[in-house]
Amino acid sequence: MCGIVGLFLKDKTLEPHLGEMLTEMLVTMTDRGPDSAGIAIYGNEVNTQKKLTVQSDNGTEDFVTLAADLSAAIGVDVSLNRKDTHAVLHIPSNSIDTARSALRELRPELRVMSAGDTIEIYKEVGLPSDVAARFDVRKMSGTHGIGHTRMATESAVTTMGAHPFSTGPDQCLVHNGSLSNHNSLRRELRREGIHIETENDTEVGAAYLTWKMQQGSTLGEALDSSLEDLDGFFTFVVGTKDGFGVVRDPIACKPAVMAETDQYVAFGSEYRALVNLPGIDQARVWEPEPATVYFWNH
Amino acid sequence: MQTFDLEQNDLRTLNATLHAQKTNTNQTAWNIINPRGSHAIAVGLDAPIEVTVNGSTGYYCAGMNQQATVNVKGSVGPGVAENMMSGTVIIDGDASQYAGATGHGGLLVIKGNASSRCGISMKGIDIVVHGNIGHMSAFMAQSGTLVVCGDAGEALGDSLYEAQLFVRGSVKSLGADCIEKEMRPEHLAHLTELLTQAGSDAKPEEFTRYGSARQLYNFDVDNAGAY
Repeated sequence: MCGIVGLFLKDKTLEPHLGEMLTEMLVTMTDRGPDSAGIAIYGNEVNTQKKLTVQSDNGTEDFVTLAADLSAAIGVDVSLNRKDTHAVLHIPSNSIDTARSALRELRPELRVMSAGDTIEIYKEVGLPSDVAARFDVRKMSGTHGIGHTRMATESAVTTMGAHPFSTGPDQCLVHNGSLSNHNSLRRELRREGIHIETENDTEVGAAYLTWKMQQGSTLGEALDSSLEDLDGFFTFVVGTKDGFGVVRDPIACKPAVMAETDQYVAFGSEYRALVNLPGIDQARVWEPEPATVYFWNH
Repeated sequence: MQTFDLEQNDLRTLNATLHAQKTNTNQTAWNIINPRGSHAIAVGLDAPIEVTVNGSTGYYCAGMNQQATVNVKGSVGPGVAENMMSGTVIIDGDASQYAGATGHGGLLVIKGNASSRCGISMKGIDIVVHGNIGHMSAFMAQSGTLVVCGDAGEALGDSLYEAQLFVRGSVKSLGADCIEKEMRPEHLAHLTELLTQAGSDAKPEEFTRYGSARQLYNFDVDNAGAY
């Protein structure tokens, strides 16, 4: 099954409450997939700095001197904000590539969850309420965010198999469904030089959109072409630095409900996920059409 | 009027309470508040009671209904009135996929739009949709009537048996073996009656009738031995 929630804020006064609203929505979807959960939050941008979210099963050892070690290796100031098994590194923008290569040398076992100006991704095996509590998601603010709770089908229940998947700067994707041509598409994308970490079908979907956008497509155009090139069942919700998109395959058997008011655009696998949002009784609520791309930009 | 608050009591208690109503119950009117998108509200009823759901629901609302009248003052998730046997289910808003699937009898009225697979494998239910319906509706529909006052999506009535389809607006495409058919006086009379029951003021003469061409393999007597 899997459960998806997404919230794209139009009203800035709601931004401090994004984490709290998204957590409530995600926890409501627990029974659609209780094996792992994750959340992507687009937070505040710090000028001239990039965020790199990394994960380690042994954070106590790996993170304690990481900022100092990385600073020493690349010769610029790096700060680190640890949250349980994840840590967000703040790195000067012009040093991001050297920092990532240095990181591979210094801590080869670290997994990179996301990189970009505003995105942070937190995901782990476990129930949504536990995962949200571990990372203190309720306290996070931001402009938009996407959450996912997983019932695994195409690959193992692991941290790296959890959603959201990020395959490009400030990009992320969550998926309800299963792709059937992911093996051949993964081979093609790897030949094109796209880095794909896992054997998971959804990561191939994310990598496909990254590849399309690298070639100059907008998010909307990339989603449009996914309808031609991806085979299988999917309801996708995707995020970029300033955008939020939704697309369903032409069969559209994976559920989706959307709501829009002057304050936000919200997505839920079920209406239950939306019932606590402010003004939901007056919101425009609809089921996204099959094979139709929806997206919003800030 | 009995009021049942789903914030104060759980779903099992609601359905058990409604199931406990006998055919001669004098508690005939039930008002359910705070449904908040919950699944399986008012499922499996079998008494001539009237249930009003004040808000939107999740999956399988009013499934397997017999005798009861269920009115949802909002929209419903997938599988509303699935396998209904008799009675009436009225949705004031929209319905998600497979509304009225496999229904054997009764009347399902959707005042908004219904999405994909509306009336899939219907077996005698009558469905009236005031708005539009999505793709693959009435797939393998066996009997009963599907009335659509708006437009129909792709592959309407694919592999249809004996169900009758009436559409007022456009049909994006017809499914395999589904064809346009002549509207005879008995069809107009039946359609008029259903529109009246469903509270629609659409004019029956504006509709087109569709049905099975009976050309698929399973309709050929020479293939009977294969079954």
